[in-house]
Amino acid sequence: MSGISTTQFSKYNARVAKSRATSEPTWVRWSLIATVLLFLSLFLFMPLAAVFTEALRKGFDTYISALADADALSAMKLTFIAALIAVPLNLVFGVAAAWAIAKFEFRGKSILITLIDLPFAVSPVIAGLIYVLIFGLQGWFGHWLADHDLKVIFAIPGIVLATIFVTFPFVARELIPLMQAQGKDEEEAALVLGASGWQILWRVTLPNIKWGLLYGVILTNARAMGEFGAVSVVSGHIRGMTNTLPLHVEILYNEYNYAAAFAVASVLALLALVTLVLKSIVEWYAARSACAVEQN
Amino acid sequence: MAKKYNNVLPGFNLSLGFTIFYLSLIVLIPLSAAFIKTSTLNLHEFWVAVASPRVVASYKLTFGASLIGASINAVFGLLTAWVLTRYTFPGKRIIDALVDLPFALPTAVAGIALTAIYAPNGWIGGMLAPHGIKVAFTPIGVVIALTFIGLPFVVRTVQPILEDLEAETEEAAASLGANRWQTFTKIIFPAIAPALLTGFSLAFARAIGEYGSVIFIAGNMPMVSEITPLIIITKLEQYDYAGATAVAVVMLVISFILLLGINGLQWWNSRRNSPAI
Repeated sequence: MSGISTTQFSKYNARVAKSRATSEPTWVRWSLIATVLLFLSLFLFMPLAAVFTEALRKGFDTYISALADADALSAMKLTFIAALIAVPLNLVFGVAAAWAIAKFEFRGKSILITLIDLPFAVSPVIAGLIYVLIFGLQGWFGHWLADHDLKVIFAIPGIVLATIFVTFPFVARELIPLMQAQGKDEEEAALVLGASGWQILWRVTLPNIKWGLLYGVILTNARAMGEFGAVSVVSGHIRGMTNTLPLHVEILYNEYNYAAAFAVASVLALLALVTLVLKSIVEWYAARSACAVEQN
Repeated sequence: MAKKYNNVLPGFNLSLGFTIFYLSLIVLIPLSAAFIKTSTLNLHEFWVAVASPRVVASYKLTFGASLIGASINAVFGLLTAWVLTRYTFPGKRIIDALVDLPFALPTAVAGIALTAIYAPNGWIGGMLAPHGIKVAFTPIGVVIALTFIGLPFVVRTVQPILEDLEAETEEAAASLGANRWQTFTKIIFPAIAPALLTGFSLAFARAIGEYGSVIFIAGNMPMVSEITPLIIITKLEQYDYAGATAVAVVMLVISFILLLGINGLQWWNSRRNSPAI
């Protein structure tokens, strides 16, 4: 309503912030920036650059043949399969959990929120181990599975389960605070107007949370495709069969086939960069739609 | 309970029921398997599994290196958050986005990339080697990897608090004669301290369980550079399931305590900040 005066005020604020009293001398400012850039170079930029230089060290042909290798392709396929199952399941769970927690009051809610966070606190190695204890040969269902000729551990189902576990909280954690902040006025209005539960979900709630949902999916997918520790425990490392891309990187690296290892790693690094770009875009859209809501 | 009866929205039983079912199936029952498996050991067997010298050496390395890594991140993460919120410089937006790289980059890729740089023939390792400093394949390498994976936590918890700080308090401090350093230590730092502590604990908790990025750079020498998650893997590969699970339970209990601590911290933090709003 008072857009112009706010702009003038923030300009005035910016000028004050730049004045000597509330800012640092120029030399302090630039030495802090230089320190941060040096720190980030050592820990972020150089590792990222190293992946691509090492990948291309033996030339472009070696690079391509490492990626076109049959084992690499089947690892790629398995990585996509695991993500394709884990992401939708955790997405449905995230929406259900956020609906129950954000729209209703019940006893034990804060315990439930803590329990949903639990997989973040568990080491990936332990995440793999617990499924071995249940489905492994000496595990709870080991004999039963063996009798029925079913394999979970050292097979694809185990990899999928471990992937679901490590990416379990991502969508729920994005949605719970978002839906709590949005309240339930719009859903109640839809109900009064005669909408059914599923209609409310599809037409009111999901459009409202779409950016948060997408953000959670992007994070889940990145972690699902990159998970190493948990998958490593349950995979059995059978080449061409139960190898995901990160495990394939490890095998090649341990065989001293560095160029191929970094070539496969560069695919995963590109995936990470795409993830960061998508994340920034979604953040930008989410901030814009939040602004639009405030202006209305 | 009374509120539940007032609530007219549908789907409570379905959504809560599915949430609890899925949570139990994927997380709670499998995790309880670890505790049930450990209970098959008697006290002596448990103690031998979790307190043998090699395992104790791995706890010291895992917790020591995690603590150092999280501390490095507390200092440089705060500095990074400060520079990103307060100053403008070329490439700032790209750098801001890249801070999340350790979340997005698979840990195995991070592990081999850090090894390539810090190995004696790498870009940085090569500069340090003539001075007799070895980074990769020593405990210092473990610290490097754990610093990398914990990097975004402090930045991302401190950054929003720094952005929301009112310029007026700093102006008031300045007009009352405080210099910049006094304003920082007496006004700004107390306001961001809880967020800093939260970010530190998150980085620490993440570092304790980390596996993928560490094993490539650590060298994995027993008693020297072997982390606890690797001990679990080694025991598993020797089919010592009970021993592996006993060590896992020790780590799980420590992680649960940390998680409760972090949640308590965030609760305290939000309560502390809310009266001001």
